[in-house]
Amino acid sequence: MTREDSTGPEPNAVEVRGLVKRFGETRALDGVDLDVRPGTVMGVLGPNGAGKTTLVRCLCTLLRPDAGTMRVAGFDPLRQPRHLRRVIGLTGQYASVDEKLSGFENLYLIGRLLNLPRARARLRAEEMLERFSLAEAARRPAGKYSGGMRRRLDLAASMIGVPRVLFLDEPTTGLDPRTRNEVWEEIQRIVAEGNTVLLTTQYMEEAERLASELTVIDHGRVIERGTVEQLKSRVGGRTLRVRPADPGQLAAMAAALAEAGLAAATPAGAGAAEGELSLPVLDDAQLTAVVGLLAARGFGIADIGTHLPSLDEVFLLLTGRPAGERRKTPQDREGGPEGGQGHDQGHEGPGGREARETREAVA
Amino acid sequence: MSDTGRVEDARIGLRNGLRHIGALFRRNVLQARQDPESMMDALVMPVVFTLLFVYVFGGALSEDRGAYVNYVVPGLLGMMGVTIAMAVGTGIHEDFEKGVMDRFRSMPIARSSVLIAKVAMEVVRLLLSCVVLLSVGFLVGLHVGGRWPGLVGAAGLSTLFGASLVWIFILLGLTLKTSQAIQAFGLLTLMPLQFGSSVFVPTGTMPGWLAAFADANPLSILAEASRNLVNGGAVAGPALGVLLWSAGITAVTAPLAVARFRTRTA
Repeated sequence: MTREDSTGPEPNAVEVRGLVKRFGETRALDGVDLDVRPGTVMGVLGPNGAGKTTLVRCLCTLLRPDAGTMRVAGFDPLRQPRHLRRVIGLTGQYASVDEKLSGFENLYLIGRLLNLPRARARLRAEEMLERFSLAEAARRPAGKYSGGMRRRLDLAASMIGVPRVLFLDEPTTGLDPRTRNEVWEEIQRIVAEGNTVLLTTQYMEEAERLASELTVIDHGRVIERGTVEQLKSRVGGRTLRVRPADPGQLAAMAAALAEAGLAAATPAGAGAAEGELSLPVLDDAQLTAVVGLLAARGFGIADIGTHLPSLDEVFLLLTGRPAGERRKTPQDREGGPEGGQGHDQGHEGPGGREARETREAVA
Repeated sequence: MSDTGRVEDARIGLRNGLRHIGALFRRNVLQARQDPESMMDALVMPVVFTLLFVYVFGGALSEDRGAYVNYVVPGLLGMMGVTIAMAVGTGIHEDFEKGVMDRFRSMPIARSSVLIAKVAMEVVRLLLSCVVLLSVGFLVGLHVGGRWPGLVGAAGLSTLFGASLVWIFILLGLTLKTSQAIQAFGLLTLMPLQFGSSVFVPTGTMPGWLAAFADANPLSILAEASRNLVNGGAVAGPALGVLLWSAGITAVTAPLAVARFRTRTA
C-alpha cells in the first residue's frame, strides 16, 4: 500500500531494495526492502540481532552492504557519502557523547564540525541545551549525567545540523521507564516538527508511541510491514481481560457484550485464563463503553486490565514459530481483511516472501 | 531531487578541514584537562628514565657521570617519542569502544581529521615531556655550552620522529582487537629497538651483528643527531637520516591508518 503512495511527486526519504550484508557466515541483512515517506516516522521493530543496527549503519555510510541499493534523502550512501552526511543525524544505540566533555562542549564540537562559525556554534549549542532541558547541566562533564540526560544530549547532538533524515537506533534501550518517557517526549517533539525519522526499537510500546508505520524484521528479513493500526489488528492489538466477581456470570457477561455489539468476546477466549473474559479493544472509547456497559448491567468485577502483545508475542504470531496452542491469529489474518496484503508482499523482495512461506508452512 | 545521481563532488576544502582538525584538537585538550592522569606518562616517564639511567647505570657505564649525562639525555629525548606513542594505540582503542567515533564518521568531515587531531595532541604531549626531560637533565648536570639552538633542534627532531611513531601506533590501535594485544606488541617490538641502540651506551662494545643492527636502528641515528646537536659534532648526516625515517614511516602508516579508520566497523 505504501508503495503506491511513494510514486507521488515527493520521493521517499529512505528507499532500500534488496539490501544484503554478511558478516562471515551470518547474513545480518538478507534482502531488506524499506520505504520511508518524508515527514513520517518509520519504526523498525525487531529482537536483538535482527539486523536493525546493521541496517542503520549501512544507511548512515558506516557500513558497506554486500548487495542491494539504497537512497537516503535523494543520495546514494555508497556513491555520495559526503553529500549524505550533511543531511542526516544519527543517535546510536550507545549514547555517542564524549564523557569527558561537558554537555556544552559536546554540542559546540558538533557545531564546529558542521562548519558553523564559533559564535553560531556557541549559540546553537546553548539553544539545544535549553531545548533538551540540559541548560543547568551544561558545564558538567557528560560522564556525570544520568542515563536519560546522556540520551537527550545525544539527541541534541544529532539535531544540531537540522538533519533531513534522523536515524535513532534503539534510543531508549537500557533506560528505566521514567527516563524512557523523558526521551520519548523529546523524540515526539522532534517528530511533531515534521522530521523524517527512522527509529529502530525492540519495544512494541515504543514503536506504537512514536512511529506511524512499522517494519518488523527478524534474521535480517522483513517479516511484516504496515501502519501501526494494521499491524496491531493483525497481531491482536490491545486485549481487555475481565474477571467477574462471580465466575458463574462469565457466559452472561460475554453474551451482554456481544449483544451490545461491543465485542465478540469468548469466555476464556484467546489466551485468557480460566474464569476470565478476553476481548480485543480497538480504542479507548470502546474500552470505556465496555466498562460502562458492565457497570450498567450490574456485573461485579473482581479484576480488570488491558494487555498489549509483547514483542515476543508479536514475533510468535508473525514468524509462526512453535508456541503451543496460540496459533489462531496467523490463520485469522490470512483470511481476514488484511489478507490481500500477502500478494502485494510477494513481489517486494526475497525477505518478505520467504518469511511468509515459513509462516504458511507452520500454519 | 535534482542532486540525484550527481557525481560526488562535496569536497571538504582546506579551510573547513583545518577547522575540523582544530575542533577535534580542542576536544583532545579538554579531555586531557578533565583527566589529568592521562598526562602522567608524559610528565613522569622522563623523570624516571633520567634518574634511573644517570644514577643507577651512569656510574657503572662511564667513568665520568657528568659526561654520561650529556651522552644519555639527548638519547632519551629521542626515546620519549616511543613511550608516548605506545599509549596512543590503547587510547584509540578505548575511543572506539564508544559511539563517539560513529558520530564523527557519519558527519561531513574528512576521516583523516580525527586522526590528525590525535597526532597533534600527541605532539603537544611529546613537547611537554621533552621540556620535563631537559629540566631534569639540567638538574642532574646537563650542560650545553651555549648550543641552545642545537638543543631546540634536538627536541624538534625527536618530536618529528615521535609523531611518525604515533601513526604506527594509531594503525596498530585500529588493527589489533584488544588493548592488551597492542601493549604486548608494543613492548615486544620497542624493547629491542630501545636497548639495541646507541641511546644508552655506544655500540662499540656490542658483538658485530648487534652493533650492525644498532647502527641501522633509527633510534640510534636520532640519538646521534641529538647528541651532536647538543654536544657538537657532525649533524647533517644523522639529521637527514631522521628526516628520511620520519617521512618514510609517516608516508606508509598514515594512509594505512586513515584507510583502516574509514572501513573499521567497530
